[in-house]
Amino acid sequence: MTPVTITKENFAELVERAEKPVLVDFWAPWCVYCRRIGPAVDQIAQQYDGQLVVGKVNIDEQPELEERFQVDTIPTLLLFRNGQAGEPLIAPGSKAQIVDWAGL
Amino acid sequence: MSTAHYDVAVIGGGPGGYTAALYCARSGRSVVVLEKLSAGGQMATTDQVDNYPGFDEGINGFELAERMERQAQRFGAATVYAEVTGVELSACPKRIESSEGEFTADAVILATGASPRELGLPGEGALRGRGVAYCATCDGMFFKGKTVAVAGGGNTAVEDALYLSRLCKKVWLIHRRDRLRASAVYHRALEEQGVEIIWNTRITALRREKRLTGLELEDVNTGARRELECDGLFVAVGRVPDTALFAGQVDMDGAGYVAADESTRTSVPGVFAVGDVRTKAVRQIVTAAADGAVAAHYAEEYLLSLAEGEGSA
Repeated sequence: MTPVTITKENFAELVERAEKPVLVDFWAPWCVYCRRIGPAVDQIAQQYDGQLVVGKVNIDEQPELEERFQVDTIPTLLLFRNGQAGEPLIAPGSKAQIVDWAGL
Repeated sequence: MSTAHYDVAVIGGGPGGYTAALYCARSGRSVVVLEKLSAGGQMATTDQVDNYPGFDEGINGFELAERMERQAQRFGAATVYAEVTGVELSACPKRIESSEGEFTADAVILATGASPRELGLPGEGALRGRGVAYCATCDGMFFKGKTVAVAGGGNTAVEDALYLSRLCKKVWLIHRRDRLRASAVYHRALEEQGVEIIWNTRITALRREKRLTGLELEDVNTGARRELECDGLFVAVGRVPDTALFAGQVDMDGAGYVAADESTRTSVPGVFAVGDVRTKAVRQIVTAAADGAVAAHYAEEYLLSLAEGEGSA
């Protein structure tokens, strides 16, 4: 599945009440490194379809979510299980690192 | 996991790796590029590339990387986002272990590039992304209106300081010597942009409360110590080649670069080194791309010799 766009309006439905784990990628259009991890995140969404859902939060458009999850650098990845966020992964260096961190 | 075999495996998807893949694929060889994250390597974090011929208005580094990937793909080169965890370069065929399974190939092109060198201070790793950064064009925006320091005295450090001076309230440039290694053209620009240089000084410790709050500095001549409050530190003290995986298998120079002349041939038959990872004088996108073409030529020669049963590996 292609990543879904997460906003403060759909957060409760798509993340907090999700049955599967949700990997949320906090990014912004001006963030160079966010672009670099983009293809890896997209591929994880395809490859592990059925095991988890991948969502993207544009922090420029969603400052409330940025504030709520204390994202002070991007790219930051958060994995939500039963609506609860685990340890963040900041600026991963490889696709393998994301897969490891997400326990896939 | 399964094993996939290719004529040529390229480790690293920067400009050197993708040019090699393009040339090998155009010669009708099966090629895979193993890239741990996404195309481009260091180039992908460059906002604007102004010295790659043919792009007269400049081009974003990530976009240039995507184009190189697509160009190689057009002729059949495959890309797998895989982190290589081990290699056997002298084996026949050569073996590569990765996060996406095992690959074998008759020829291997090493194109792993280089990464920013760390200062090696306690807590530096933990503060990465929390005030300590290695790429001004990537992370500069987080420090808009704030006070930052740049460590280093080469072209990268000076370019970073100039870039940050357009965003930040105050930029310090901390250099351990009494003069810059950077080109003379930069000196006046630094002055005009109000970048303040702290000479003959090294950083001895990182102060923090959750994130970076300041630096402890020492004058290398007098030993005098002082503290500098800042919100960010950009480290630009050179690069280290990403060659740990190949240690003991190919000859390297003292700094860890893979030893190879302009033919890109390494000490192991059938193994080639292209781009920043190779011992060379000028490390640029255009020279990495040139290496790729040369490596493809010698890889083809090697593959033909294998087919004729004259291979020395």
